[in-house]
Amino acid sequence: MQVIDRRLNQKNKSTVNRQRFIRRYRSQIKKAIADRISQRGVTDIGKSENISIPSKDIGEPTFRHGDGGKKQRIYPGNKEFVAGDKIKRPPPQGGSGGRRASDSGEGDDDFSFQISSDEYMELLFEDLELPNLKKNKLKKLVNYKTIRSGYNTEGTPSNIDIIRSIKGSMARRIAIQMPLKKRLKKLQTELSELDIINYPSKKQELLTAITALEKRIKRIPYLDTFDLRYKNFTKLPQPTTNAVMFCLMDVSGSMDQKTKEMAKRFFILLFMFLKRSYKEVEVVYIRHHTQAKEVDEQEFFYSQETGGTIVSSALVLMQEIIQDRFNPLDWNIYAAQASDGDNWNDDSNTCHKLLDNSILPKVRYYTYVEITDREPQNLWHQYQHLSDSHQNFAMQKITEQNDIYPVFREFFRKQSMMTQLPSRTKG
Amino acid sequence: MTAKRKTPVNQPISTRSDWSRELIDQYYKIIEEVAADFGLDTYPNQLEIISAEQMLDAYASVGMPLGYNHWSFGKHFIKNEQSYRRGHMGLAYEIVINSSPCIAYLMEENSMTMQALVIAHACFGHNSFFKGNYLFKTWTDAEAIIDYLLFAKNYIAQCEQLYGIDEVESVLDSCHALMNYGVDRYKRPYPISMREEKERQKNREEFLQSQVNELWNTIPNKITTEEQNKERFPSEPQENILYFVEKNAPIMPSWQREIVRIVRKIGQYFYPQRQTQVMNEGWATFWHYTILNELYDRGYTTDGFMMEFLQSHTNVVAQPDFDSPYFNGINPYALGFNMMVDIRRICENPTKEDKLWFPELAGTNWQESLSFAMKNFKDESFIAQYLSPKLIRDFKLFSLRDDERETELHITAIHNDSGYKEIRQNLSEQYNLSMSEPNIEVYEVDVTGDRSLTLHHTPTNNIHLADTTGEVVKHLHKLWGFPVKLISTNSEGQQVELARCPVEESEEKARG
Repeated sequence: MQVIDRRLNQKNKSTVNRQRFIRRYRSQIKKAIADRISQRGVTDIGKSENISIPSKDIGEPTFRHGDGGKKQRIYPGNKEFVAGDKIKRPPPQGGSGGRRASDSGEGDDDFSFQISSDEYMELLFEDLELPNLKKNKLKKLVNYKTIRSGYNTEGTPSNIDIIRSIKGSMARRIAIQMPLKKRLKKLQTELSELDIINYPSKKQELLTAITALEKRIKRIPYLDTFDLRYKNFTKLPQPTTNAVMFCLMDVSGSMDQKTKEMAKRFFILLFMFLKRSYKEVEVVYIRHHTQAKEVDEQEFFYSQETGGTIVSSALVLMQEIIQDRFNPLDWNIYAAQASDGDNWNDDSNTCHKLLDNSILPKVRYYTYVEITDREPQNLWHQYQHLSDSHQNFAMQKITEQNDIYPVFREFFRKQSMMTQLPSRTKG
Repeated sequence: MTAKRKTPVNQPISTRSDWSRELIDQYYKIIEEVAADFGLDTYPNQLEIISAEQMLDAYASVGMPLGYNHWSFGKHFIKNEQSYRRGHMGLAYEIVINSSPCIAYLMEENSMTMQALVIAHACFGHNSFFKGNYLFKTWTDAEAIIDYLLFAKNYIAQCEQLYGIDEVESVLDSCHALMNYGVDRYKRPYPISMREEKERQKNREEFLQSQVNELWNTIPNKITTEEQNKERFPSEPQENILYFVEKNAPIMPSWQREIVRIVRKIGQYFYPQRQTQVMNEGWATFWHYTILNELYDRGYTTDGFMMEFLQSHTNVVAQPDFDSPYFNGINPYALGFNMMVDIRRICENPTKEDKLWFPELAGTNWQESLSFAMKNFKDESFIAQYLSPKLIRDFKLFSLRDDERETELHITAIHNDSGYKEIRQNLSEQYNLSMSEPNIEVYEVDVTGDRSLTLHHTPTNNIHLADTTGEVVKHLHKLWGFPVKLISTNSEGQQVELARCPVEESEEKARG
């Protein structure tokens, strides 16, 4: 008998099979995710997710017996039956009424399971990408990372790779010694087989040759400069991994809690999405009515304000913050603005100018969501000009919670098909 | 309890519920001793201690230590994992693999009592069954299965690299749909050692294709068409559909033939297990019960140990009544265990009734008789041979007829003198795989025409095929490469087409 403790062995033998399953039903799972995203609590976004897909989609068909015909079965636990008894056919097992019930029951019987938050994100943001990454990349190569890159024959002593060098030394010694050793061996056998008495001079000759050879072998250096190998390092340019996300939201009286909740969902999606591409994502919350203010998350989402709306105040503040703290050369700047579209009429024009001249040239991507079911107003029209002229500006309208995810996907759909026009800014 | 106990001469092996490697060794040794005293003949044992997660892994691959990758295993894994996490399902205490050495998994969560139970149940119960039962002897090669699984895993992984995951997956899907139709039910398989499989496989590729080419040779030969029409191919209906496809599919690439073969072989390996569930579990349960009681009698275990063991044992062999919410068919552990116990009883203390029903059994040596039963039967014949009137009474079995032509269900037999034989026969038939699986055979191939394949379904008791049938025919079409249709004979004796793939063609024909 043999006892093997396998507990420390690899646990997830089924991982590959599980991934195969998810791979096969990707489209169904994605649909399930898209259906559920709007129902998730704001704090749950980004956690693992329960997925339900219809059982019939994942069935494995076989030749099986179905209903009907004559079936004779044995059951245990008889209580009052005697042979010859007749019982009414119980509805769930047979009869047309029962069939229907069980059929529809089967349809509801979904196959549900859980996917991890990583898998969830993966599926959630599949096919999406951060736009305009390429354009500034070269400009932004400011950090360098030193990485190993093979071996070199020159270098500083501290970088000597001992194993490589010894390997080289051994190879060299074997290669050089081999012919000499062969000759030495030949001479030695010759010497041992030699008729010493008859050929004394020959013996002397052989001995001299052997000593000479032995000396030569000894002279082969153990370690030659030729053997030395140095670890080679090169500097690899690293793109900046810092990103900052500006959340701009209108908190004037017209924005109710529900609208803000929708805005929050949008901001969180954007935040998670940025998190996937950047190591560090800083978030700056700016809220505004007639005045703008930088606040923390709690205040941003939950404090109620009243009064009118001047959108440009937030943009001005954003511009100042960028100037103070986030040099566009060091930071990837993203901005998302949510509003119900209300603004002082004269102000929309100012907004347009601000974005056009000073903000859009500095940010990677600027998204504007208008959460309203009314006709678009002045701000929307002004912004529309921007989206025509700037590639890094996008705007969408959200009327209900279900729109958020599709709109988000719309913003970040892979744009490989689009030609990368140079933006018409003066920056 | 102590009163009944023979004077113990030994010290209990353990008094606490924690297990350790040393204790497992000690228990194993004693159990091995006791098992040898009872004359159990086993393969060598290998115990593997695993965690719950690993047990879930093992579940998904039907206990196999290694298997090829396929999404359906992932599905089963997810399903088990979900119900385990939600607490709907406890994990089995053990899984045992019919191989030599016989591999048994012990879960780390188990208490010492449970580990001892598993050792007795799996390492000596199941193990001796695998070694002794004629079906396992005929159909499986315990020495080679692990090697073969390894070969299969590597071969399929290699195919995935060469032809893409999707391609391989779709072939496996199709094979899995027909897995139960990859066994010869009546013909004895040729017991080749699977270790040679790899060497053979290369030659087979070339050989098979040449065979197939011969069959599908389109160069006109001397035989007149009339003669050809007379000869049906295959000349006899073939029950082993996968084998037929592997050998005769006209344009299947050789790697796909090999995959069909792998699925077929693995199906064949599991075939005996599907036919001996009641016996196998009954035998193993009987022996863990007998061995652990013997351990107690010899003084190796404590009262606490026995209480824990008996509680777990009682749960395993519980049989809920048909009207209980827990009823889920006849529990094979309950039926098997009680039949084994009953055989021992008939041998040792036969009643007048037993002498009448089992004259050849009553009063014989119970170990020999039980061993004979284990070796030479499968569930169907085992029940037909050994189900006693006493057990029918104990279980209060009754037979129910559900005929769609009748408006009511009929009780045809209960546990009384006039009902015993009928119940025994009906229960035996219930375990006959050929009754529970539709009878479908390869009937004909249109060799000279469109190469279409015709399957014949012979209905059992007028039971229709389930609505997955069309899908299976599609899968077969994928493997065969040419039209496939399924013909059935209805109650009036007429031939009806149940399914066809591709469907469009028949519509086109109808229009034409």
